[in-house]
Amino acid sequence: MNRKKVKFVVGGAVILAAVMALAISSLEETKAYYQTVPELRAMGARAEGRRIRVAGNVVPGTIVRHEEGVVTFDIDYEGEGLSVRYVGRAPLPDTLVDRAQAVAEGTLQRDGSFEATLVQAKCASKYEAAYEQGKTTLE
Amino acid sequence: MHHLGNFALMAILAFAAYSVVAALLGVWKKNARLIESAERALLACSGLSTVACFSLIALLLRSDFRFEYVASYSNRDLPFFYKVASLWAGNDGSLLFWAWLLLLFSGIVVLTNRTKNRELMPYVVATLGGVALFFTCLNFWICNPFEQLGVVTAAGAEVWAPADGRGLNPLLQHPIMAIHPPILYTGYVGFVIPFAFCIAALATGRLGAEWITSTRRWTLVSWAFLGTGLLLGGRWAYVELGWGGYWAWDPVENAALLPWLTATAYLHSVMIQERKGMLKVWNVSLIIITYLLCVFGTFLTRSGVVSSVHAFAESDFAKVFLIFIALAAGASAALVFHRLPALKSENELDSMVSRESGFLYNNLLFLVSCFAVLWGTMYPVLSEAIQGEKAMVGPAWFNRVNIPIGLALLALTGIGPLLAWRKSSLDSLRRNFTGPLVFAVVTGTALFALGARHGYALLCFVLSAFVIGTIVQEFHKGAKARRLHRGGSYPGALLDLTLVNTRRYGGYVVHFGIVLIFIGVAGSAFDTEKKADLVAGQSIEIRGYQVKFLGLDEGRTANYDWLSAKLEVTKNGKSIGTFAPEKHLYLASQQPTSEVRRYATFQEDLYMVFAGVTDDNKTTVQIFVKPLVRWVWLGAIVVFLGTVVTLVPAKRELKLARKVEAVKENLLLESKKKYDVA
Repeated sequence: MNRKKVKFVVGGAVILAAVMALAISSLEETKAYYQTVPELRAMGARAEGRRIRVAGNVVPGTIVRHEEGVVTFDIDYEGEGLSVRYVGRAPLPDTLVDRAQAVAEGTLQRDGSFEATLVQAKCASKYEAAYEQGKTTLE
Repeated sequence: MHHLGNFALMAILAFAAYSVVAALLGVWKKNARLIESAERALLACSGLSTVACFSLIALLLRSDFRFEYVASYSNRDLPFFYKVASLWAGNDGSLLFWAWLLLLFSGIVVLTNRTKNRELMPYVVATLGGVALFFTCLNFWICNPFEQLGVVTAAGAEVWAPADGRGLNPLLQHPIMAIHPPILYTGYVGFVIPFAFCIAALATGRLGAEWITSTRRWTLVSWAFLGTGLLLGGRWAYVELGWGGYWAWDPVENAALLPWLTATAYLHSVMIQERKGMLKVWNVSLIIITYLLCVFGTFLTRSGVVSSVHAFAESDFAKVFLIFIALAAGASAALVFHRLPALKSENELDSMVSRESGFLYNNLLFLVSCFAVLWGTMYPVLSEAIQGEKAMVGPAWFNRVNIPIGLALLALTGIGPLLAWRKSSLDSLRRNFTGPLVFAVVTGTALFALGARHGYALLCFVLSAFVIGTIVQEFHKGAKARRLHRGGSYPGALLDLTLVNTRRYGGYVVHFGIVLIFIGVAGSAFDTEKKADLVAGQSIEIRGYQVKFLGLDEGRTANYDWLSAKLEVTKNGKSIGTFAPEKHLYLASQQPTSEVRRYATFQEDLYMVFAGVTDDNKTTVQIFVKPLVRWVWLGAIVVFLGTVVTLVPAKRELKLARKVEAVKENLLLESKKKYDVA
């Protein structure tokens, strides 16, 4: 390897190291753990301060729109419930309706409720049930 | 099962398999007719694929709900345009569409290479046939869009059709969404052509720049479509999703960004191979990686592995896809390894301060960025496999890692083209960089004086000014020199200059567009937003805008119910107009959507969202002020136009081509004479 090549490789290594350092150091502050409601409950105090993404179905009739875009709703996952309080700035997705599959990202509070700064939701179509019934694909 | 589309798919399976076997057998037995028959088989596949695609479109247009795909993605009252667009709304249909584009492109390659690249073509045909075979297998057995619905009755299974379909996802019922997937797919699929030529080059050992130059158009067009598709996706998110942004580092967006990054690296590094015969291994690796990332991106987009709760590679679809990617990667790697001795560089790197090393650093940065984005996108899968806990990284992480890389690339955009090949002298550096540097410093100082304090944004504006300075200087220098030699007007000289070397000056135009996009993105550092619950007559004040809520309005169309919030906007006392952001409730799917309203200028966008009605009957309105967003879209258009310029054959090349033609004709005449004499 000639000297110029060595120089270039060293330059490349420095860039790589810098980006990796940046990637790893930013990781802890920005990462969020996927957790189901029962898993979250089981964690207890360990869940405090940890960014968590929790999924469940929106319990019908629990969506309440408060002042300034704060919205509360309950989600349910395999029989375990969780109260979510959305305090994020972005408008809530339109798909957040009764029985929608919702994902909330945020932190568990001391009182056992969940404060979310991000909510994603997927609609469960009302045709789904009727449709699934009739759906036996022909061979 | 018994549908024309299915028969077409079966026929493609047969013809594609034949084209692979016949092409390879043809090379082995040195049988030109066998190779030609392989090419024709591939052409037949193009036709058959068109039949399959149009038969699905026909089913969609006829609202034939006996077919599961039609019932799942359309409904009777869906407008014609969106019924056609339903073709790529679901997994099965979009794969059919993918395969159609692939075979269409393959057909064009076969037709345009009947007298060219004859040594490469058998392998090109075999590669394309192989890829088509895989996608058609997937389409036929795993994601068949022609499957029918049925019910089991006492008498056995019977055909069954619901009264109406479930409708197209309302978020996809937007003009951009109707063109975004085809444009993005053209980009994704297009890279199969340079990939196939690369494989052919490796297989034949013709490892010069021939395979690169023969596919230059395909590469550039695919690259432009991929980039345009990406930004159209961003534009759609911005105007349709209503969260006030255009890029969220979503896995689906990242999936398309990954091959774009490696393809951009490739576009730059091939110039070194063409000019100096260096980086041969690198270039074949880059195009192979780009293609594999295109396939991987399609897979990521269609399967939803990263965001879904299901474990990675659980479904048949995922397994088959991953096996295909692994096979393609393995075979390509084996070929590259086999040819390593022949891929030796013809030259050495001369200096750290040269065009070559500028390209090398450019490539390194693109690859590092690509790797970071890939790692972040796959983090949920990786963390689950390694730590046993599924975690994800959000947009903040992607921004932190990619902003510095992006800014370094922006700086190189200015520096690289001004460096000389081999070695730049100190004198030439001083001559080339003084002007742009002064312009950059002046811009930075002015912006700082005006109150811009955001570090990254300020740096971005300074670098943008620097790059614009270098581009203007290049055009100006060229035009001045040309006028000195040939006279004429200044604009004429500029045009002439560009036409003589479309590749170079088109490239500068592309760079200029990229700078505009950077400026637009940096503007987001100064975004602001306000949310309030209003009753009629109340208003929100934000950055000099006064937004007054006048009241609600409602109505119904065949497709949806709507509710709108009427807003009257004034800026610093001057009336701007009334806007009515809406909420729709789609009847077929019962899904609500928001329709934002925008007041867009080059300075900033006023972005108005009707966020909902509170339980005490107030209307929640959210207003965003987003500086410079428009520059992103403008930049995208400039990049596209610049790419078009690079595709125009340069005057020099035309002259050369004419000369070659003339020589050929002479030779022909001479040989004819000889023949006559004999």
